Amino acid sequence: MRRLLFVAPLVIFGVLAGYFAVQLGDDPSIVPSALIDRPMPGIDTPPLLTDKPGVKTEELIGEVSVLNVWASWCIPCRAEHPLINQLAQRDGITVHGLNYKDKRADAVAWLDELGDPYARIGFDESGRAGIDLGVYGVPETYIIGPDGHIRYKRVGPITPQILEDDILPLIRDLKS
Amino acid sequence: MEGFSFAELGHFALILALVCASIQSVVPLIGAARGDAAMMATAPMTALAQFLVLAVSFAALTNAFVTSDFSVLNVVQNSHSLKPMLYKVSGVWGNHEGSLLLWVTVLALFGALVALFGRNLPPGLKARTLAVQAMVSVGFLLFMILTSNPFERVFPPPFEGNDLNPLLQDPGLALHPPMLYIGYVGLSISFSFAVAALIEGKVDAAWARYVRPWTLLAWAFLTGGIALGSWWAYYELGWGGFWFWDPVENASFMPWLAATALLHSAIVVEKRDTLKSWTILLAIIGFSLSLIGTFLVRSGVLTSVHAFATDPDRGLFILILLVIAIGGSLALYAWRAPQLQGGGLFRPISREGALVFNNLLLTTATATVLLGTLYPLFLDAMDGSKVSVGPPYYNLTFVPLMAPLLIALGVGPLLSWKRADLWAAMARLKLAALVVLVVAALSLIMLEGDRAYATLGLILSGWVVSASLVEFLQRAGLGRTGPGAMVRRMIGLPRAAWGMMLAHVGVGILVAGATGASLLTTEVITTMRPGETMQLKSLNLEFESQQEVRGPNYFALRGNFVARDADGDVIARFAPENRRYIAGGQETTEASIRSSLTRDLYVALGDPDGTGGMTVRAYIKPFVPWLWIGSALMMLGGFVSLSDRRLRIGAPKRSGARAGGDARAAAPAPAE
Repeated sequence: MRRLLFVAPLVIFGVLAGYFAVQLGDDPSIVPSALIDRPMPGIDTPPLLTDKPGVKTEELIGEVSVLNVWASWCIPCRAEHPLINQLAQRDGITVHGLNYKDKRADAVAWLDELGDPYARIGFDESGRAGIDLGVYGVPETYIIGPDGHIRYKRVGPITPQILEDDILPLIRDLKS
Repeated sequence: MEGFSFAELGHFALILALVCASIQSVVPLIGAARGDAAMMATAPMTALAQFLVLAVSFAALTNAFVTSDFSVLNVVQNSHSLKPMLYKVSGVWGNHEGSLLLWVTVLALFGALVALFGRNLPPGLKARTLAVQAMVSVGFLLFMILTSNPFERVFPPPFEGNDLNPLLQDPGLALHPPMLYIGYVGLSISFSFAVAALIEGKVDAAWARYVRPWTLLAWAFLTGGIALGSWWAYYELGWGGFWFWDPVENASFMPWLAATALLHSAIVVEKRDTLKSWTILLAIIGFSLSLIGTFLVRSGVLTSVHAFATDPDRGLFILILLVIAIGGSLALYAWRAPQLQGGGLFRPISREGALVFNNLLLTTATATVLLGTLYPLFLDAMDGSKVSVGPPYYNLTFVPLMAPLLIALGVGPLLSWKRADLWAAMARLKLAALVVLVVAALSLIMLEGDRAYATLGLILSGWVVSASLVEFLQRAGLGRTGPGAMVRRMIGLPRAAWGMMLAHVGVGILVAGATGASLLTTEVITTMRPGETMQLKSLNLEFESQQEVRGPNYFALRGNFVARDADGDVIARFAPENRRYIAGGQETTEASIRSSLTRDLYVALGDPDGTGGMTVRAYIKPFVPWLWIGSALMMLGGFVSLSDRRLRIGAPKRSGARAGGDARAAAPAPAE
């Protein structure tokens, strides 16, 4: 009986190590968004550019749309931007932008340099709309169904693989 | 540089270190088993060699960072040519690979220190301890060489690096990792001593006396490292909190709690020759918790703001290391520990009893923190749900455990060994009790009785400080001799007595600081435009102006604030900044803090509200400087105690079994 007491630490550690082994490889930063399959929260942001409207939730209803949250100070946004450009050139895909906590002049210069793929661009200078959407950090990409429900959310830059495996198939499904 | 490559030299040195460590982990063990002095003598030699080659390797990586050698991948990913020199150097350990190199270098440093200063150790124990230490080295060196080589080259080399995470570009954080590592990697020596003792099957008072100084050294650095990290979080994260119960903070705090328990239980082994198997277990657990912390931070099983870039393959490697090191040592413990003979008996009310009580509370607290840290992991494994365990859990579990610990801390040092009279001890604390009553009355008046917890915190703080001082003064002859004689006796008291007093007083001061920071803070968060003012209790805070400033590798928006008292006199000026770093675009908040002895005034800028105003957070935080003063005193206490002649590593071997034969242990005038 006394012997058991000395084995107890080993047993406890064994259980602990078992848990560690099970958890290894799961990415704990993938947080299930509370907004998936829920209506997109009502946001209404002013336009960034004079010749393009801002982003308003009601106006996105009726078609499948992609909403990309970005900022000129964000390096990963710069990295993913060519993919956003490609995505917007595909037939029947509308991409909107939400410019997050940025300066207007910087944002405009950034679009001049890298290209402007967006149909609408909201200017969220204070980050208020970002809070409503539950933005963790830029870039983020959302897919919104024709019914105005959020169907997908990606935190961080999209990659060619994510585009092919997740985003494009989902848009195809939503359209059919 | 031409024709000679420092990075490859560093890589080569790593492999050489692995060779040294491999020899060091096998040959001395065989030597000790056979009683072969020549084989045992390889241990100190290889330990020194291993440290020297690792120092070369570390210097090579430092050189790559200092010279901004962008042909080394690690430098590209974590440095930038514009970065100030201090952060080029601290960039060496501000990333996964480099910090691992620091980890093994510190591991080898402790081995080398034992080799150098452990001349009085019995040769068998020394050989085995160094061998066990080397086994840990082998594991981590393999890990580095196979999965995390800091010297990996990149071709073609880019012109510029990606910069170090700007949150980490801070003087406090530049020093924090080395200190922390000396602390929690230093616990490896206690671990190696414990495993060596299990292999030998012998634990005695002499063993405890060898282990204590190393544990004390590691503990003092760990205290300093944790305090620096907390200080950094306090002023850099901009929320005015000093402890967030984040998994990574907990990863350093759990070994600290275990080491604190170990320091105290080793005293019992040394003086009374009992609690042996428990002390061995604590030594194993202390370093095991360091290893588990390393695993949690680097494997990606838990999310944390401090986590390094994670990689499941690395995680698997560390997990295997954990299973071998912790599982192996605990299995050895299960096998050998039951044979350790316990020594002297004691009554529940005695110095030993108080130390057991201390150990029970500290280990329960450790288990509580471990459970809180791992609970999200357990739940995720069960049903995939994501939770985070935050301050409410710890307030409910950890804080109540600390209250009895602090009460006992005041009485414990006055109890005599074996059997003590609690009431006689209490009677000697009349003066302390009086101080506490005064503090209590003052706090109640100050707080108007509406904040009971804060009052409790301040009372406990007053109790710990005054009881520790009274005990110390009585030992110096308070009430029995005149002031002059008392000062002379005080100077003559053992350094260990000074150390204990300083550390315990530090704890008390820290408790007041924590109480002030968490319960007594006044905060105002509002939107202000330049020219506007806000009221912070009796202070008037004016937002004078804002300006754009340029630093070496960032742009910042700076707000200029001035605080005036009720009469309109200027008390302090503040210049908090929001920085945006050029290389990565990350934003950081630089809070502006004005400290006085009794409080901090803290102003931080938030985000612009989009209409020309700024979010401003302003706090009055009473007693916060005491957090750092208390921590510094604890650390100082550790070092002062370490300088005690009796604990000095080279001190002559003495029989420690004679209870009370030692001036440090002798309670002044036992009650009977």
